[in-house]
Amino acid sequence: MSDGPNDYVPGIDPIEPEPGPGLEPEFEIALDGEPSSGGATATAVAESELAGAEAAGGWLPEAEVIETRGTWTEVWRRFRKDKFAVAGLVIIVLLVVVAVFAPLIAPHSPLTQFDSGLSAKGQPMPPSHHFWLGTDLLGRDLLSRLIYGARVSLVIGILANGFALFLGVIFGIVAGYFRGGLETFIMRATDVMLAFPIFLLAIALSSSIANPGIWVLVVVIGIVYWAPMTRVIHGEVLSIREKEFVTAARLTGCTNRRILTNHILPHLVAPIIVYTSLGIATTVLFEASLSYIGLGVQPPTPSWGQMISDGQPYYTSAPWLVLFPGLCIMITVLAFNLVGDGLRDAFDPQQRRR
Amino acid sequence: MSARADTIPLGATGGGGATLVSIDGLTVHFPITSGVIVQRKIGAVRAVDGLSFDVMRGETLGLVGESGCGKSTTGRAILQLEKLTAGHVLYEGADLARLRGGALRRQRRRMQMIFQDPYASLNSRMTLGHIVGEPLLVHKLRTRDERVGRVKELLNLVGINPNTVNRYPHEFSGGQRQRIGIARALAVEPNFIVCDEPISALDVSIRAQIINLLQELQRRFGLTYLFIAHDLSVVRHISDRVAVMYLGRIVELAANHELYGEPLHPYTQALLSAVPIPDPVVEERRRPVVLAGDVPSPASPPPGCHFHTRCPAAQDGLCDVDDPVLREIKPGHFAACHLVTASDYPKIRSVEDRAAAAHTAAAFTAAVDTGADGDTDAHEGEA
Repeated sequence: MSDGPNDYVPGIDPIEPEPGPGLEPEFEIALDGEPSSGGATATAVAESELAGAEAAGGWLPEAEVIETRGTWTEVWRRFRKDKFAVAGLVIIVLLVVVAVFAPLIAPHSPLTQFDSGLSAKGQPMPPSHHFWLGTDLLGRDLLSRLIYGARVSLVIGILANGFALFLGVIFGIVAGYFRGGLETFIMRATDVMLAFPIFLLAIALSSSIANPGIWVLVVVIGIVYWAPMTRVIHGEVLSIREKEFVTAARLTGCTNRRILTNHILPHLVAPIIVYTSLGIATTVLFEASLSYIGLGVQPPTPSWGQMISDGQPYYTSAPWLVLFPGLCIMITVLAFNLVGDGLRDAFDPQQRRR
Repeated sequence: MSARADTIPLGATGGGGATLVSIDGLTVHFPITSGVIVQRKIGAVRAVDGLSFDVMRGETLGLVGESGCGKSTTGRAILQLEKLTAGHVLYEGADLARLRGGALRRQRRRMQMIFQDPYASLNSRMTLGHIVGEPLLVHKLRTRDERVGRVKELLNLVGINPNTVNRYPHEFSGGQRQRIGIARALAVEPNFIVCDEPISALDVSIRAQIINLLQELQRRFGLTYLFIAHDLSVVRHISDRVAVMYLGRIVELAANHELYGEPLHPYTQALLSAVPIPDPVVEERRRPVVLAGDVPSPASPPPGCHFHTRCPAAQDGLCDVDDPVLREIKPGHFAACHLVTASDYPKIRSVEDRAAAAHTAAAFTAAVDTGADGDTDAHEGEA
């Protein structure tokens, strides 16, 4: 009876049955130990005995270290290794500090027109020890205006992006999770948005409003930029919803709401953070462009784009009027891009092929 | 083997135990669509094509077949994770396919699943306590204070240190993660568990542990398993009865020892002969049945018997025209083949002999599976 066919049960019978579940003596040691480090060691010990092959691979000591780290510590550790990203982060922190404490840092008021700020011929003054970066056409201190301009750029960059993000996450989740006709509708709408010359749309939107302020700009940029965010979130949700842990949650009897908040949203945090930092760079630039053509922040509130626009006719005689605001925009955009790239690599080490 | 040999195959004829899950005409077709905005249905992948079988209370029903034959879809459809195109799944007499929303969610307590990939089946952003405790929370099975104790109890049950409730899945190995997945499935105290290739993704060294754990849990809690796998030896080890699938249909269903000892369907015979025997002498002597060609696309399955395109014994005008039904050839032994009938049964060997004669060309290398060899010989001697 036990010949021939009965013998081909490889790898099952010869192995001793493990001790009954929950009876392993090594776990009893752990019960008395302190829950954190003691538990970790016990697990590692148990595992080394269960899977000798893995332990022989030499991962064990390292595993003990990894066990003390959370996801965020791990991300920060990888982010820190990227020198450019860290430099970008430092610049952003500096910008935020400058924007928040503008009244304390700025040497002059951004709106005061100094008599000494204009030459005898009424020309703007070049950089000097009094006006570090020179003055503008009306004799106002350029440095002070740049510092206050950082407020506008950052506030619009962050808020407009937050608004775009809000719309994008909602549309993306609805389209990606619930699928069906709504998905088709939303995704075709994003296609249309992406195909549309968004700058023209923004011009149309903001010029139809009599007196565009910061809030109008935030809404306009948000409406213009929801489409790319929707696409990213939609794609992410599509892949996450097919993962087995989501199936398991459905099988457990979780409601859609619970699946979305507990199982899908936490996995969207990484792409959301990455695309926000990259998106802020675009938004800052977009605000500058709108302000440049006079549809952004209205004078006398200083904005970098608007300052370039004002100084442009004088770029030969007073190049600092264009140069310094331009540098500010470039550095800000660069910093956010560097941080965004760094975060993307930190969240997904496998994608690091540069 | 001895462990299995004394186990009475449950419900082989429907009399051994009460039916727990009754599957009737289960059909899952995935539409193939074309068109950008207006989607037109241009065809369907017939993943599961009219399955009917019963799962008896307390048994392990093995479900085997090649990749893409619809095994996993069957498991998912039984648990209502796929929308049924047609058919019914009766769980203790209640049709699951008709349940919606809250009623279905409540019924989910009774049926759980153990997944293939332990790395994908646990939410990496949740701690063990939350993963295993979520089912308790969703079904309000314990009060808040009792929950932690219950989670620890469940972890202990599957051999995971209960003090690790605050750890994340990435801190565990594949085998440990699979145990955690099992603990989650057990949390709702189910009767019926679909094991969807629960050990395929694991290290060989860990497989036996998980199998043993599953068997231990079955004994303790009287669980019923539908065990999906492509590894025939594992299915043989754990199952009471085995169903063989080919292209969305069951071609043979029999008690474990019956099926492995005396496979009736040509496909089962080929499948079994593909399992290497760890004995060089036997391995050298036997000539495996090598099937020609590939599995046809489930989007356009061949007419008649789905297997006729590759069957060594296929007969023109019969197998490519008529659809064989799953018939009881012997008590408890079902096969879907025109050439295997109850009256025909003693001459099973001759099916292949006929085939060998008819197809002497190089279309295939037909022979008799050594596994079936001994038994059929013995049977012929009796006849």
